[in-house]
Amino acid sequence: MSFKIASSPHNRVSRSTAQIMLLVVMACIPGIVLQALLFGYGVLVQLILAIITAWLAEALVMRLRNKPVLLRLQDQSALLTGVLLAIAIPPYAPWWLIVIGTFFAIVIVKQLYGGLGNNLFNPAMAAYVMLLIAFPLQMTQWLPSISLQPESLTPLDAVCAVFSQYSCSGFSISQLQSGIDGVSMATPLDTLRTDLAAGLTLTESLQKPVFYGIAGTGWLWVNLAYLAGGLMLIKLGVIGWRIPVAVLGSLFLISLLSWLAAADTNPSPLFQLFSGATMLAAFFIATDPVSASTTNNGRLFYGALIGFMIFIIRKYGGYPDGVAFAILLANMSVPLIDYYTRPRTYGHKARRAEK
Amino acid sequence: MPSLFEQIQAGKLWDFHGGVHPPTRKAQTAQKPIAVLPLPERLYIAVRQHIGVAGHIMVSPGQRVLKGQPLTSADNSMAVPVHAPTSGTIEAIGDHTSAHPSALPENTITLLPDGLDEWRDRHPLNLATTDNLSLLERIQESGIAGMGGAGFPSHLKAGLTQPVDYLIINAVECEPYISADDALMQEEAITIVKGIDILCKLLNPKAVLIGIEDDKPVASAALQAACSQREHYYVREVPTKYPSGGEKQLIQLLTNKEVPAGRRPIDIGIVMLNVGTAFAIAQAVLDDQPLLSRIITVTGETLRQPQNVQALIGTPVSDLLTFCGYQGPNGGKIIMGGPMMGFTLPDLSVPVTKTTNCILAPSLQELPEPGPELDCIRCSACADACPASLLPQQLLWYSKAKDPAKLDEYNLFDCIECGACAYVCPSEIPLVQYYRVAKADIREQQREAVKAEQAKARFEARNARLEQEKRERMARNQQLAQAREQAQQTSSNSTAVADALARIKAKQAEQNAAPADRVQILAEREAKKQQARAYQAAKAADMPTTEPDKEPAAQQDASREQAPADKPATAKSAAVAAAIARAKAKKAAQAQADMQETMVEAEQTKQPEPIDQSTPQAETDPRKAAIAAAVARAKAKKQADSEKS
Repeated sequence: MSFKIASSPHNRVSRSTAQIMLLVVMACIPGIVLQALLFGYGVLVQLILAIITAWLAEALVMRLRNKPVLLRLQDQSALLTGVLLAIAIPPYAPWWLIVIGTFFAIVIVKQLYGGLGNNLFNPAMAAYVMLLIAFPLQMTQWLPSISLQPESLTPLDAVCAVFSQYSCSGFSISQLQSGIDGVSMATPLDTLRTDLAAGLTLTESLQKPVFYGIAGTGWLWVNLAYLAGGLMLIKLGVIGWRIPVAVLGSLFLISLLSWLAAADTNPSPLFQLFSGATMLAAFFIATDPVSASTTNNGRLFYGALIGFMIFIIRKYGGYPDGVAFAILLANMSVPLIDYYTRPRTYGHKARRAEK
Repeated sequence: MPSLFEQIQAGKLWDFHGGVHPPTRKAQTAQKPIAVLPLPERLYIAVRQHIGVAGHIMVSPGQRVLKGQPLTSADNSMAVPVHAPTSGTIEAIGDHTSAHPSALPENTITLLPDGLDEWRDRHPLNLATTDNLSLLERIQESGIAGMGGAGFPSHLKAGLTQPVDYLIINAVECEPYISADDALMQEEAITIVKGIDILCKLLNPKAVLIGIEDDKPVASAALQAACSQREHYYVREVPTKYPSGGEKQLIQLLTNKEVPAGRRPIDIGIVMLNVGTAFAIAQAVLDDQPLLSRIITVTGETLRQPQNVQALIGTPVSDLLTFCGYQGPNGGKIIMGGPMMGFTLPDLSVPVTKTTNCILAPSLQELPEPGPELDCIRCSACADACPASLLPQQLLWYSKAKDPAKLDEYNLFDCIECGACAYVCPSEIPLVQYYRVAKADIREQQREAVKAEQAKARFEARNARLEQEKRERMARNQQLAQAREQAQQTSSNSTAVADALARIKAKQAEQNAAPADRVQILAEREAKKQQARAYQAAKAADMPTTEPDKEPAAQQDASREQAPADKPATAKSAAVAAAIARAKAKKAAQAQADMQETMVEAEQTKQPEPIDQSTPQAETDPRKAAIAAAVARAKAKKQADSEKS
């Protein structure tokens, strides 16, 4: 009779890395659905392209690194990276944009740093920033919400637009981007920044149709959907509350202060929270465990830094949304944050008192 | 702000960081009565079953022993004896698979029970009339060591002289599956409280806190009822969370105090004992029943009747499993202890010890095999679970990198190996295993460092000794040379004229007897050559030994010189004889010197006897003395070698 020899503990909690990744992807679904309904089906085409590219890229690198391909694909981290990038880029961006971006995210940002768990930067956000810098035009071609679009696009149109930059009926993306009045429309954040820079007051700028509602037409609902997904993740214990709360809290606080100080040139805190990619960043991207801080206090610092940087970049930066840059900057600070926020070990004095 | 004691009295509980909630799975055993295991065919009583040293074995194979008779002696404060759990015959004393993760063979006494279960004489003590020293002696002689798992000798804890604020009785039993303490409390609450009374007499604490998890309502009620007459005994139900039964965690739960790193609970006025230990102490003192058996939870889905059994110490695991309806291995594991901290057994001949609280025979569905180890995704679930507030993933990285300095900075040695981190790890990384290896590596390095330090000290001492000897030798030679010179000077001064005459005479004689002298010179030269050859041979013969031995060389020298001396005297005879005389004198002197050296060395190795015998001989015959000295030296050296090894 022989028995298996193993090291304790002999029982384990059943949630695996793959399950965590899948839960995060599933929590994205409400947001994706609303995005598709409010901004067109392009996002679904981008998702398919991104996921396929992510899997292929991951498999390629695993092959090159002589690691078991299927086993590593099963951790679903590549899937999540693809999904997050596809959500983040404009829905009707050309097909090669998402392919290059996803490939960059998986191969350069993740695998060249040592693969899952070893990358310093969030792959989706690093790829987003790369695309933004390399292809600024394509990356800012956000169509207004469907209610403002002159032509309504069918799913087939979405495929045509992504692959040829023309809808099946022959409209170009820039034509589609124009509002009913024929004026080209950017995202609310972009519009606001341009207007404020042009000397308009907030109230004047907010008269534009793109700003219907609290945070711009369509955007509020998408953000609310991501908020709901994020809250579900916290409830399921997939992510902790610290990072989202710190991101939103710091963004709210600083935009509240600035709004109170100069309401004419600063949008309201609610506009900041429910516009752009705020909720997606707070719940889905900043909480990426690999590139986030790992200590409890560090997570608060890390989240607060992201919220602060989002505000600064939105207000003073040259890009429409500051989320990606804010996250990359915070990613860089993680080793430092982790080092200085180590918890006090049981039975030891506080670290500062020791020194 | 109420004081800490007031808060504790008011029933306030605190919390510790982290912890996990694995399924407890205790219901299948906790509600059943404790079964008494039938007498096994053989008992394998490991000589050392506690933290400390083993007592000396007092029995020999073939000897009949009575139930409760000590098999080893408590001859040292760190030793607690083991006893014969039943009457029978000692069959063997030798190695047997140990109840240890390594399963390395360990010195074990095999007892063949005779079925009579015949007791030795018993002398119960009366608590009121017995002094503390006798109580402690009884606890030690009864072989009681911490029954919660660590096996720390209980008399050392009970005999602490520092002031004790809180005596904490650990009845938490947080590890899943195990309900041995639970069952004991349900059935023996009164005896347990009697044990606590004894501990109170010894330690005189301000209050007794009994910590028990809130998933044991029956046991808790039984203890509360048993404690109802005691004023300062507080039964405290702590929330079910693993590892709240850890010593440090329970202290934090009940008193909000932390044991400073590297210190013991007594340093903050706390002593903690397991509830099973309190029971054993009561039995030892009040019934004079040493620790012969214990309650063990035998459970797992491969058993038809999982239950708590009372088993004699030394019962093989196979007996326990058979008794509980074990249905074959199913390719699974047998775990001694619980699923979080227990260790797997290589076979079923392993005997239970004083610290065995559970035998777990799970099915594969119950405790599935871990999946492949994946990459850490830095989710920090481990850090959230760690009851010591460590950062397990940083420790993992530094363990993999073998960086002892960083591991120390991140307090690796504060890890209690509870397994909470590995339990929650989504990537199924066996974190605890990494830490165990890292700890073992660091301990090994420290041992090596100490060894190297000792070797260096030894080497330096040896060099210093050799240097000293050299100096002494030179000083002696110088003295002798001076003495010789003086003697020559005195003789030459007094008879300068006579000397001159003698020189002339000698010169004449030399001219006359030139041929004869030449022969003499040749003979002397020949003798010297022989001496040199003999010396070379002796040296060659000595080469294999590490330390050049002078005595055997001297012996050989002497014997070789003797051969020509025995031959009929020819023209060379005078010269040869002179040479021999010189050589002998030299040998004798050398032998004397060596003798002294040998004696010094022999004294150093604490073996003066052989030298003492040879000393009188040395006075009578220098050669014999030399030989005797050589023998003595060899003996001393051998003795020293054996002592060293």
